[in-house]
Amino acid sequence: MTDWAAVKKDFPLLRRQVHGTPIVYLDSSNTSQKPQSVIDAMSAYYETVNANVHRGSYEIAVKATEALEQVRAKVARFINAPATNEVVFTKNATEAMNLLARSWGGANLGPGDAVVISEMEHHANIVPWHMLAAEKGFELRWISVTADGHLDLSDLDQLLDGAKLLSITAMSNVLGTLNPVPRLAEAAHRHDALIAVDASQYVPHIATDVQAMGADFMVFTGHKMLGPMGIGGLWAHAEILESMPPFLGGGEMILQVTKEGFTTNEIPWKFEAGTPMVAEAVGLGAAIDYLENLGMDEVRRHEVELTGYAMRSLTERHGDKITIHGPSEPAERGGVLSFVYDDVHPHDVAQVLDQAGVCVRAGHHCAKPLLRTLGVPATSRASLYVYNDESDIDCLAESLDSASDIFSL
Amino acid sequence: MPGLEDLYREIILDHYRSPRNRGELDTPPAVRAEGFNPLCGDEIVVYIDVDDNSIINDVAIGGQGCSISQSSASMMSAAIKGKTVSEARKLIGAFKGLMSIHEGELDGDAAESDRDHGPEADPDIRLGDLEALKGVVKFPVRIKCATLSWNTLAQALGEASPV
Ligand SMILES: Cc1ncc(COP(=O)(O)O)c(C=O)c1O
Repeated sequence: MTDWAAVKKDFPLLRRQVHGTPIVYLDSSNTSQKPQSVIDAMSAYYETVNANVHRGSYEIAVKATEALEQVRAKVARFINAPATNEVVFTKNATEAMNLLARSWGGANLGPGDAVVISEMEHHANIVPWHMLAAEKGFELRWISVTADGHLDLSDLDQLLDGAKLLSITAMSNVLGTLNPVPRLAEAAHRHDALIAVDASQYVPHIATDVQAMGADFMVFTGHKMLGPMGIGGLWAHAEILESMPPFLGGGEMILQVTKEGFTTNEIPWKFEAGTPMVAEAVGLGAAIDYLENLGMDEVRRHEVELTGYAMRSLTERHGDKITIHGPSEPAERGGVLSFVYDDVHPHDVAQVLDQAGVCVRAGHHCAKPLLRTLGVPATSRASLYVYNDESDIDCLAESLDSASDIFSL
Repeated sequence: MPGLEDLYREIILDHYRSPRNRGELDTPPAVRAEGFNPLCGDEIVVYIDVDDNSIINDVAIGGQGCSISQSSASMMSAAIKGKTVSEARKLIGAFKGLMSIHEGELDGDAAESDRDHGPEADPDIRLGDLEALKGVVKFPVRIKCATLSWNTLAQALGEASPV
């Protein structure tokens, strides 16, 4: 049995107060808090081995390079990638998606081609395709979302017909919906399309296996999985990465540079121009250690339980006043609760909650097309992680009372 | 520490619950401008009907948003109706002055003296009810909510009566 109370104590920020009350952090879909071990690992890196990587022959430069490459191997293991050199570090999921679009998309997409995405994508999996489509003239097709927050797959075969790529989120950052990635991968492959999985919200919460998913590409971001801001990554099969042109140009990504031109380094370094984020990689490594120590199955179990508790207690206390979007069955969703409270605007809900120390996000959550489909301009969103417990949910449920008090007509 | 009562004054809630001049105007003769707050998704539509004497004969407000953006728009519509375009422009300056108090505090004397010499220091401008929004400056993220309708009004004025 995991001691979840002890887990919470590992996160120094959660000991602080805001507005004179203990902080209740319910915005982990946005970014997670960091355990002491991650913070310490990053300080230790700077205190003991900091040097530029892949360039020096002296002791600490070798150690720094090892530190970076060990984390690559750790990430590969954590997502069950077939090989370590298939993991490319980027600064976040957004950069990984842009790398994929610019490099693979730039080389493979043109007039007459199509890329399929869905209405529940984060802007990071929409805007890069809009940008590229404007340049290359391919078609962007959309899988729609049903009223209960699932992908509408009734016309999937039609959408995939002639498409070269399906790029889809594994878990919605607004609805918590878990999408049937293996089934989508199978469908994409049947149509000779590749599948890219935006696993930014998935990797932090559920044991991830890119091979079982059937994915060709997968992107993730470190700061949502207890790691620091400034590191994320792209995974893709080695053959695909080999075939892709470089993304950013500069040091590190080359083998040879002459006045006439250059040749590229091997994968994954071919895609990692310039000095990488070594301390952040070390922090990400410590975050993976922390999660593996808890066990991803335990993490998931904790979150399903807490999501169920949250859905029950919010509806029990607030009845018809609260509408929670997304799938109603906790086991079929992640711990992301987007809600609309009475007719109080989410911005005001978040303000009132902030006064009670409760941190939730209000707005469109970088998913404007989805909110348009849901027919709401904005929602408030409470999202859960390993350090949350029932008392956090109780605090959320109670603090919502004051929204009623202030704004009731 | 600022409390919620600094933000949600009774008069603000009143304008939020019963917004003034809500609706649309025919364009033309009216002009229409739209403003967005990309951060929270608030949208404001401002319609103004300006006559040959540069008087704002009618104003209407559309769109959706939080209590601060909605009440600010409502109060603004009440304040500019019947005013001349140049009076409305001065009011925009004065309101922005009210909203920059926070920056003034952060930047110390420089911004403070800016404010004294800026158009918003015009002693003839009376903000009236709008003063109730002063509390917003203690909640910096909400300043954009409060100024959304005013920026949109500036756009509409620019179209109705180019400077
Ligand atoms: C589903 C999804 N994809 C992509 C991203 C982008 O992550 P980052 O801002 O770290 O690049 C997010 C973050 O909000 C997300 O929720």
